[in-house]
Amino acid sequence: MTEPRAEIEALLPLPLATFHILLALADDDRHGYAILQEVARRTGGELRLSAGTLYRSIQRMLEDGLIVERRERPAPEQDDERRRYYGITPLGSATARAEAARLSALVRMARAVGLAPGRA
Amino acid sequence: MRAYDVLLRLLPRSFRSEYAEEMRAIFEGRCRDARGPLATALLWADAASDVTSCAARVHLDILRQDLRYVRRSLGHAPGFALTVVVVAALGVGATTAAFSITDHVLVRPLPFPGADRLVQLWQDQGPLAGSRVELSPANFRDWQRMSTSFEALGAFNRGSDNLVGEGEPERLESATLTAEVIPLLGTRPLLGRAFTPEQDREGAPGTLLLSYGLWQERFAGDPGVVGRKLLLDDEPYQVIGVMPRGFHFPRRETRLWRPMRLESAAFERRDDLWLECLARLRPGVSLEKAQAEMRLVTAQLERQYPRENEDVGASVVKLRDQVSRQSRVLLLALFGAALGVLLIACTNLASLFLARALERRKELAVRAALGAGRERLLRQLLTESLLLATAGGLLGVLLALAALPLVARLVPNALPIAEAPPLDLRILAFAALMTLVTAVGFGLAPALRSLGDRGAVGLREGARVGSSSREGLRSLLVVAEVTVSVVLLISSGLLIRALVRVQSIDPGFEPAGVMTLRTTLPMPKYQPIAARAGFCASVLGEVRALPGVTSAGYTSFLPIVMGGGIWRIEAEGYQARPEEGRTASMRYLTPGYFATLGIPIRRGRDVAETDTAAGLQVAVVSESFVERYWPGQNPIGRRFRFGLLGGGAIGVIGSFQDRTVVGVVVDVKVRGLERRSEPQVYLPYRQQPENAMSFYTPQDLAVKHTGDPGALVAALRRIVARADPQLPVADVRTLETIVEAQTAPRRVQVRVLSAFAAVAVLLAGIGIHGLLAFTVASRSQEIGVRRALGARTADILQLVVRHGLRLAVVGVGLGLVLAYAAGQSLEALLAGVSPRDAATFAGAALLAIVTALAGSLLPAWRAARVDPLKVIRVE
Repeated sequence: MTEPRAEIEALLPLPLATFHILLALADDDRHGYAILQEVARRTGGELRLSAGTLYRSIQRMLEDGLIVERRERPAPEQDDERRRYYGITPLGSATARAEAARLSALVRMARAVGLAPGRA
Repeated sequence: MRAYDVLLRLLPRSFRSEYAEEMRAIFEGRCRDARGPLATALLWADAASDVTSCAARVHLDILRQDLRYVRRSLGHAPGFALTVVVVAALGVGATTAAFSITDHVLVRPLPFPGADRLVQLWQDQGPLAGSRVELSPANFRDWQRMSTSFEALGAFNRGSDNLVGEGEPERLESATLTAEVIPLLGTRPLLGRAFTPEQDREGAPGTLLLSYGLWQERFAGDPGVVGRKLLLDDEPYQVIGVMPRGFHFPRRETRLWRPMRLESAAFERRDDLWLECLARLRPGVSLEKAQAEMRLVTAQLERQYPRENEDVGASVVKLRDQVSRQSRVLLLALFGAALGVLLIACTNLASLFLARALERRKELAVRAALGAGRERLLRQLLTESLLLATAGGLLGVLLALAALPLVARLVPNALPIAEAPPLDLRILAFAALMTLVTAVGFGLAPALRSLGDRGAVGLREGARVGSSSREGLRSLLVVAEVTVSVVLLISSGLLIRALVRVQSIDPGFEPAGVMTLRTTLPMPKYQPIAARAGFCASVLGEVRALPGVTSAGYTSFLPIVMGGGIWRIEAEGYQARPEEGRTASMRYLTPGYFATLGIPIRRGRDVAETDTAAGLQVAVVSESFVERYWPGQNPIGRRFRFGLLGGGAIGVIGSFQDRTVVGVVVDVKVRGLERRSEPQVYLPYRQQPENAMSFYTPQDLAVKHTGDPGALVAALRRIVARADPQLPVADVRTLETIVEAQTAPRRVQVRVLSAFAAVAVLLAGIGIHGLLAFTVASRSQEIGVRRALGARTADILQLVVRHGLRLAVVGVGLGLVLAYAAGQSLEALLAGVSPRDAATFAGAALLAIVTALAGSLLPAWRAARVDPLKVIRVE
C-alpha cells in the first residue's frame, strides 16, 4: 500500500511528542501509560511526556490516521480494562520514516558546514 | 484525586469521555511514585499546568475544526449567511447608536471628577413663579455662609462678550464664575491659573480663561497666549489661563470665562434674581439631607427678611438631572425603538436559524449516527451563530458610527458635555453584549430545539420537515415582529403628525426673504440714548438705501431667539384677579420693524421717529394684550404701566412712565412655535430710559430683501463696520433659519424613528416571507396532493396568503394595543396631537397588512406552481 505523499508532506515536520509516540509504537501496540514509559526509557529519562500532551497528541494522531485504537486486548491477567491500546498504521510508519529522512537530511546539511559531528 | 477531577472538567466533554480515565490513572501512578511532600507538590503544579494548557489547546483545536466546518457549510448557503449578517448588523447598529446617545446624555456621569456630588441650587418660589429660579447675590452669600451640607458653593452667570482687536470681531458665549466654581468642578486650567478671590476681587484688573477650542482656533494653540491682553467690549482683559480640552461649563458652547465680581451694590436687593448656584455635596451627605438643611436655612432667611424672601425656598438638583423632560422622553423613546428593532432582528434571526436547523436535520442526524456527540453538534451550531453574529456586530458598530452624526443632533446643548458621544470601550462592550444576546439567544434556542429529539426521525426518507409545534414557534415570532413594527410605525406616525402640526403653526410673522444679524452695542460706550439711537438710525439709513431692500428695522430681540424680557403690567381700568398672570414681553424697536417681519398692524400706527423722550410715552401692543385688559373696547389712547415681578409698582423711574397705546399688531410666537407666549408690548427705540435698561438696547437687525443674500450680507457688514469698526456682526442668518431651527430637533426625531420603523416593517415583511416560503417548501407534497385532488390555483394562493394575513392581523391587533400605551408616554413630544390619533393608527395597520401581503405573494406564487406529478412521484 502506497501512502499518498501529499498527505504525509502536510503532516511534516512532526511535533516532537508525535514523533516519539510513533517510535514507541513502532514495534508493539501499547496503552497510554506504557507509551510514556517507553518514551522515557528510549530517551534515558530525558523526555517525560505529561498526560495532557500525550492524550492530546493521541487524539490528533487518531484523527490524522497515524495510529489506531486496537480492538484486541492482551491476555486478561495483564489487562487493565480502563486502558486503551494503540497501534501504528501504515500511514503512521510512512510518516515517521519521512520525518526521520527529513531530520537526517538536516543533520547532513549541518555536518557539511561543520556544525554536527561526523564526516562531511 | 478529587482536585484532579475538578481540573479535568476544564477539558471539553468529548475529550474527557475518551481520555480522562487514563489521565487519571497515569496521575495516580505518578502520585504513588512521588517521594516526599516536595515531590508531590511539584507533581501537582505540573499537573495543573499540564491539564489547563492541554484543555486550552483542545478547545482551540475544536474551534479551528468548527470554524472550518462552518466555513464549508456557510459556503453552501451564502444567501443565508449574508441575510443573517445584515439583519444582525441592523439590530446591533440601531441599539448601539441609540445606547451611545442615551448613555451620553442621561446616564454617563458628567465629565467632572466626583460628578455625582455636583448639584445646582435654585430658589424655589412656589408653583406660580417656578421651583427653579436664579438666586439673588444676597441670598447666595447667606446660603454659602449658613449651609453645612456642601464642600463649597459657587455662583456663575451665562452671558456673551464681543471679542475685538483679534482679527474679525466675534461674539462669544461666555460665563462669569466665582473663584469657587473651577475647583468645585474638580478641574484645573491646562495652562496658567484659575481665578482666586485675592487676585480677582472687585476693582482688580480684568482677567479671563480661554476654552481649549477658542485657544486652538483664535490663537493656534500658542502657549504664549497666557499673559496677553484681549479686548472684550472695549475693556482690556488679561488671559490668565486655558482650560483643558473637553471642559464644558455651564454649556457646551461656552468659549471663555471671566471672574464674577459681586460689588457691594449687588447685595442690596434680595429680589434681583440672576445668579446660578453650583455646589458640591460633602461626602456622605445625601441629596435629601442637603435639601432638608436648605429648608431650615431658607426658613430662617424668610424670618429675617419676611418681605423679600416670602415663600422663598431652595431646590437642590443634581447637575446630572438638569435635562429637560422632552429630551428625556425623546431619548428613552429612541432607545425603546432601537430595542424594538433589535427584538425584530433577533426574531428574524431565530426564525432563520430555526429554518436552517430544520433543513439540516437530516445532516445532523447522520452526523449524530456517525458518533458526533450532542455537545459537539451544539457547539458547532453555536460557533456558527456566534461567527455570523460577530460579523453582524462588527458591521453594526460601523453602522452606528455612520449614524452618529445624525443622532448626535439629539444631544441638548444646554449640558456641559461634548457634542458627540465617544466611541469607547463602554459602547463597544454594549455592542458586544448585544451581539452575544443575538447569537446565543437566537442561535442556541433553535439549535437546542433541533437537537431536542434525537433518534432516527430525521433519517427517515421523505420525512416531512417541520412539525406543527415548530411552525407554531415561528408563527409566534412573526406575530411579535408585526406587533413591534406596528408600534414603531404608530410612534413615528404620531411624531410626523406632530411635526406637521408644529410646522403649520403660524408664527405671526412672515419669515420669507428676511435676513437677520445681531450687533450688540458695548457698554458703557453706548450708555447714552443718543449714541444707541444714533447707531441704529445711521445703519438703517444706509441699509434701506441698498438695492433690493424693501424695508429694515432694529429690535431688542427677534421673536423665538429670545423668549424672556417679561414684565408685569398694570393696565388702566383693569382690576386684576389675584393669582392671575399679568405679564407681557417687552421690546424696543425702530419704525419699519413690523413691515420687515410682515406683522400686520390692526389698528392705529407703527412707532415713529417722532416718538422721542420729549414726546408722549407711547406703545404698540398685540391683540391678545387688548383682549386681556380691555376686551371689546377701543384700546387706542388707553394707558398702562410696568410693574416689578416681585410686587409693587415701579412708579416713575426714569422714563418708565405710563404708556399710551397708539397701535395694535397681530400676536407673534415670541417664545417659539410650541410655547404659549405672553402678550407683546413694543416701545419706540428713542424712548429708552437714559443710562438704564441697556439689556434691551435694539441689537437685532432684520432686513427684508429680494436678491442675493450673500451680496446683501457683505453690504450689511460694510455698513456696520462704517458705523463702528470695533463692533462684531454675529448670528447672521435668515429668519427662516430661525423658524426652522424650532422644528429641527423634531425633524431629527422623525427621521430617526421613521428609519427604525422602516427597518422594522422591512424585517417583518422578510420574516413573513421567510416563514411562508419555508412552509410552502415543506408542505409541497401536501399542496401537490391538493392540486391532484382538484384544487384550483386560486385556492392554493388563498391558502398561503390567508396564512400570512392571519399572522399579520394578530400582530397588528396586539401592536395597536401596545402603541396606545406607547403613545401615552410620548405625549410630551406630540405637540397636542392625540396619542390615539385614528388616522395614524389606521395608516400603520394598513401599511403592516400590505407589507404582510407583499411578503406572502412570492411564496403563494411558488405554491401555485407546484407540479403535483413531481412531488407525488418523489413520495
